[in-house]
Amino acid sequence: MSATAGRAARAVPDLLYSGHEQDLRDAVRSLLAERAGWPAVLARTETSEPYDTGLWRVLAADLGCAGLLIPEEHGGAGASYREAAVVAEETGRAAAPVPYLGSAVVATAALLAARDAELLAGLAAGTVTAALAVPFASRPAGGLPGGVRVGPPRPGDPDGQARLSGTVTGVADALPATVLLVPADGVPAGLYAVQAGAPGLTSTPVVSLDQTRQLADLALDNVPGRPVAAGLDAAAAVSAALTAGAAMLAAEQLGVAEKCLEITVSYLKERYQFARPIGSFQALKHRAADLWVAVSQARAAARYAAACLATGDPDTPVAVALAKAACGDAATLAAQECVQLHGGIGFTWEHPAHLYLKRAKSAALGFGTPDWHRASLAGLAALPGPAQPGPGTG
Amino acid sequence: MTVDQEATRVSADGLRQQVRTFLAAHHPASMRRLEFLNARFDAGLAAVHYPPGLGGQGLPRALQPLVEAEFAAAGSPSNQPERNPIGLGMAAPTILAFGTEAQKARWLRPLWTGEEIWCQLFSEPGAGSDLAGLATRAVRQDGPGGAQWVVSGQKVWTSVAHHARWGLLLARTDPDVPKHAGLSYFGCDMTAAGVEVRPLRQLTGEAEFNEVFLTGVVVPDADRIGAVGEGWRVAQGTLMNERVSIGGTPVPREGGMIGPAVRTWRGHPELRTPGLHDRMLRLWADAEVARLASARFRQQLAAGQPGPEGSAAKLVFARLNQEITAFEVELAGADGLRYDDWTMRRSGVVDFYGRGAGYRYLRARGNSIEGGTSEILRNIIAERVLGLPTEPRTDTTVPWTELPR
Repeated sequence: MSATAGRAARAVPDLLYSGHEQDLRDAVRSLLAERAGWPAVLARTETSEPYDTGLWRVLAADLGCAGLLIPEEHGGAGASYREAAVVAEETGRAAAPVPYLGSAVVATAALLAARDAELLAGLAAGTVTAALAVPFASRPAGGLPGGVRVGPPRPGDPDGQARLSGTVTGVADALPATVLLVPADGVPAGLYAVQAGAPGLTSTPVVSLDQTRQLADLALDNVPGRPVAAGLDAAAAVSAALTAGAAMLAAEQLGVAEKCLEITVSYLKERYQFARPIGSFQALKHRAADLWVAVSQARAAARYAAACLATGDPDTPVAVALAKAACGDAATLAAQECVQLHGGIGFTWEHPAHLYLKRAKSAALGFGTPDWHRASLAGLAALPGPAQPGPGTG
Repeated sequence: MTVDQEATRVSADGLRQQVRTFLAAHHPASMRRLEFLNARFDAGLAAVHYPPGLGGQGLPRALQPLVEAEFAAAGSPSNQPERNPIGLGMAAPTILAFGTEAQKARWLRPLWTGEEIWCQLFSEPGAGSDLAGLATRAVRQDGPGGAQWVVSGQKVWTSVAHHARWGLLLARTDPDVPKHAGLSYFGCDMTAAGVEVRPLRQLTGEAEFNEVFLTGVVVPDADRIGAVGEGWRVAQGTLMNERVSIGGTPVPREGGMIGPAVRTWRGHPELRTPGLHDRMLRLWADAEVARLASARFRQQLAAGQPGPEGSAAKLVFARLNQEITAFEVELAGADGLRYDDWTMRRSGVVDFYGRGAGYRYLRARGNSIEGGTSEILRNIIAERVLGLPTEPRTDTTVPWTELPR
């Protein structure tokens, strides 16, 4: 402290959960416990409807989770990313097959940046479910992804409408979306709203590593699109959406990690081998303790990212990088430990561990891997790499 | 929460006013240091979380930094807390929680002003992680001034014992009961006959710590803290404070061990390699997340949600310090082969972040041993936080005298 005693250390924002946030958590958790218990989630993975649209309607409209980030003037709750993160933690805990992240966070953040009142009102009311048409593996690095091009309107098309053609692969939460927000290159480059049933649009489900968040490949052939934002505004909207998406995905990963720790610790207490609970063996309890530490660290990072986003703090890029790195690593570690510490049962289809393992590993790849986010700190935290690659020749 | 926050805000404003009123009547420049500190103690502005009449006002501990800031801004003399870390960090909370009124009145003032330094007489050559197995005996006698205890044994890893006036002593008062039940806790006068302090040289070359030999040392029964046989419970309180004080100090971003590594990285582009860059980024991220987690832990404490989470802070602190310093020595390249000085030094103040990278690397190895090994801390987390069962034990139900050793 002495070296910096003269400088006021920047205060860390409140990283705890408020009473209001706890109430929100309780409401979401009890809904998901009732409607998205793991046997139901598991059973759904092998049906033709991998997303639970009925549950999503209740979560989105009845509980108001779709409108958390939307200002009251557009019919939303006017809440912040702190509350949105709590909901993400709960959808992660349940590995819930709902498009909360894609619609209520990523698409909503893009539309908030683009100030699209019409779609925001629809989202808040629960009549619109939207998805940003970018690969789930996109990184919040700025610029518009370039898989789709803008073509000339056809005769009779309404003013301003464009025709979009191209492909976007591996899009999360696109399958249940009623509106797709498609970044497109060309003239004018921008972000376009496309109706899910529009002629020329093909959405093909991908056999996905994460069975609870099935991706889709999109093909567009002269699909009509309404411009939502153009040029730099569109790039800023996509960038804001990916940044928010990375932070809220980190919160979701925190929920996955907490749940994996919880069920693992329960199992360590109830499973007997060698005539004693296996949780009494230090070899296992130390692994559980290390996991608890990793989850505690990840929680602080996730809360910090949510708090920074909530206030538009200039430290947001650093906070999001820290959260996505810490929570990504914690969630995959927790899911892997969950499988291992359950032994044989953890390797079966009948146990939920694999749902979390797949969700955790996929989420670690979504919106920037832990390694990618740490690498981004080279610029964000002034930690440049070597001038020339390769070991020095001194 | 909002009621508490409101109360805290009112207290904060009131405290600032109190400090200004005090400073108007007590000019730091025109008073002797101890005179000023004693007046501050009398005004209840020493440590606001201490009770009224004992240097404080029974207020939340979270309010103390603003009092310190007000005094520091006025150029007031400091009580130099870095000279008495065990006194302030462990002895004071223990005395406040378990001491008699007479003990509080005798010990807290000179402890806070720094006139009397405290050390901790816990570990023994034969009792490290298994502290409850310790062998130092305290035998009750009737002395000329009433009941007293005659103490014999050997303590080890005692920092600042060579400066200390008092020691927090854990000793066996009944060897014929199971080990945890036979301990009692004392304040031991380090100037008493039979107390011998010898430096203990560590792998860094210096001697921060001591061995303390106790040979027939007489401790008045009035200096016993807590009931006879309650020593283990009292010691648990002390150790929980130790873990908080080791891993829980607020630091700014790039404070702590990451600071020197980051400065070397930025100042020496010629030392950078791709592999070291990956490690630098990971360590920076881990250190910053650990800093946020410590801040969150302190917010929990301030909100009245304390817990064994302090054990996690210490665990992470030790691991990070070791990884960062190992990185730093490698980053230094050929200079990493040099060491500043092997001369035996007697350092009064421990500085994990001082001296060269080689010293920091070696000193950090102790971070996962001192104040509870990382293995013991994992047991604590597993058992007290996660509720996992203990290992089957054979040592807790038989009399201490019958244990193999």
